[in-house]
Amino acid sequence: MDWGSRASGLNLRSAGVRFGVAYAALFGVSALALASFLWWSTAGLMERQVDDAINADSLGLSERYRETGTAGLLETINQRLIGNVDRDAIYLLVDPAMRRLTGNLQRWPAGIGMDQEWIERPLERDGRRSLARVHQFELAGGYHLMIGRDVQARAEMRHLLTDALLWAAAIAVALGSVGAWAVRGLFGMTLAEVSAIAGAIGAGDLTRRVRVTGRGDEFDRLAEIINDMLDRIAQLMDGVRQVSNAIAHDLRTPIARARARLEDAANHASGEADLRAALERAQADLDGITALFQGLLRIAEIEAGARRSAFAAFDAAPMLLDLADFYGAVAEEREVVLKPDIPEIVPVFGDRDMVQQAVANLLDNAIKFAPSGTTVLLSATPEDGWVRIVVADQGPGIPLADRPRATERFFRGESARSTPGSGLGLALVQAVATLHGGVLRLEDAGPGLIATLTLPHGPREVA
Amino acid sequence: MRILVVEDDTDVAGFVVKGLREAGHVVEHAANGRDGLFLAASEKFDAIVLDRMLPGGIDGLRLLETLRAQDNQTPVLFLSAMAQVDDRVRGLKAGGDDYLTKPFAFAELLARVENLARRGKGDGPATKLVTADLEMDLLSRGVRRAGQKIDLQPREFRLLEYLMRHSGQVVTRTMLLEGVWDYHFDPQTNVIDVHVSRLRQKIDKPFPLPLIHTVRNAGYMLREEQP
Repeated sequence: MDWGSRASGLNLRSAGVRFGVAYAALFGVSALALASFLWWSTAGLMERQVDDAINADSLGLSERYRETGTAGLLETINQRLIGNVDRDAIYLLVDPAMRRLTGNLQRWPAGIGMDQEWIERPLERDGRRSLARVHQFELAGGYHLMIGRDVQARAEMRHLLTDALLWAAAIAVALGSVGAWAVRGLFGMTLAEVSAIAGAIGAGDLTRRVRVTGRGDEFDRLAEIINDMLDRIAQLMDGVRQVSNAIAHDLRTPIARARARLEDAANHASGEADLRAALERAQADLDGITALFQGLLRIAEIEAGARRSAFAAFDAAPMLLDLADFYGAVAEEREVVLKPDIPEIVPVFGDRDMVQQAVANLLDNAIKFAPSGTTVLLSATPEDGWVRIVVADQGPGIPLADRPRATERFFRGESARSTPGSGLGLALVQAVATLHGGVLRLEDAGPGLIATLTLPHGPREVA
Repeated sequence: MRILVVEDDTDVAGFVVKGLREAGHVVEHAANGRDGLFLAASEKFDAIVLDRMLPGGIDGLRLLETLRAQDNQTPVLFLSAMAQVDDRVRGLKAGGDDYLTKPFAFAELLARVENLARRGKGDGPATKLVTADLEMDLLSRGVRRAGQKIDLQPREFRLLEYLMRHSGQVVTRTMLLEGVWDYHFDPQTNVIDVHVSRLRQKIDKPFPLPLIHTVRNAGYMLREEQP
């Protein structure tokens, strides 16, 4: 976690150092490639040009000799020397006894044997020594012709170029090192913040978030992913906290009630029948507590999102009609009309069982609060990417002030206190909506409540 | 019926064994997975009540998988504190026939075990169900009582069909919920009671003898005459 101390040594296990070294290596290889190309296209080119010129001369003069013999060749060479066509050109023609016939060299240079064709060495010409590259070959009749070029200037040029390239190499090494160091530093700096925040969060401060620079680069994306992850963790932690709060407070009440009844019976029951009745009450109380537990755990299970793998495309229409039929009987008994308005196909993408339970909870609520003689409407509308499932009643509704808290676990509005219920129904619907990336909206129907559950639309063609 | 109970908790095991014996069954008990597997594999039972978390190196899932691998098809009811949807799915996938979570009501357990034990002994696909003077034709989907035609909604028909198939057995509300509606959640209001009472209106009300009986603290039973 401590970037400061780790950055000081050249620790190859540090990703920053590795990136730096990789950068330097890449930089070095590129510089080397560039220098090689430069060399090849300057010094190399000059060398090839000299050889080409000598070759052309050799060919031309050989031809001349074949056509016109020694006299013609002599004349051509002399013409070229006098005409001073190329100041750097070197010619020397000798007879079989190695006596000079013509040329701008005084004699056949010592140390050049007849077996060497190409030679590069200093030669004396017009009274001064300079580097020359010569080509010598034997003509028919035992004559020897030497053709060459003074390459002193080229050698100097090459020398200069070598110097320059060496300097360039030194600069490249220096720049590469600085670059590598900068890359490592940048890398360390970018990660230092993330790692510092991760450390703080690891230590328990879940409110910290990685700074998003707004440049929209890879680091920003990483920061966004990490922040999303942190939001999710915070949300889950919140859920866990809510559940433990619920266990601490909301479950205490029914447990206390059950315990009081049992103790009362143990102390005051006047006969077996009384005791039996008390035991049965206690059983029912325990069953109620179990149901609360189950409800809480179910919501926690949904919120954990573990079952998102069970998501699939399905047609919710038969399921909704089924639910309407199922709760319709209860509605009828309470003299409430449950009216389904479901299109032929309602394609939904999600977990069938969860959606079923969510809609069941909404219907259960609506029927519970609907006054007799009124209508509860269940409708579904698939539209651009979403499916809206609406349950509307004409009951007392939820006061505006209570609405934001209506989906909290165990929250029960004033008007709901007198009706039986756990206070978990809407919390579950909310959890299902959130898991599906959808929304649960509670609105006033004046009078009544309109609960809208928005779920992702499934593919159009669903069996 | 011979029933094997594999359960390590002494209180729960004692309660279950006593209750099943009182209901007239012959019960064997194993307190760990190893003994349970040995008994299940070596003797013939009509049903097994199996806990999932067991001591002795073999848990309920392993026990059942081993049993099924030996082609032993004894009906198995899981009785487990592992109550999440995934746990349930895993239990049924391993070859379990039913899944009941703890805590449970004994009546629920008894009804489900008896249902399982009897299931294997069906006499093939029937085309007609008869209880007393009530007749159901599964092909024409017609229902008659005492020769009188009764009109039922599709869902009422299925509810009655379920009751008739389990005639003489206790059927709990959750069994109806799962068997007739395929719902695996607990509807907070007593919706099932409302549906049964609507069915009663059509099946029992016009006739002198009721067939659908309420079993206190348990559920319902379709049977010929009152005890």
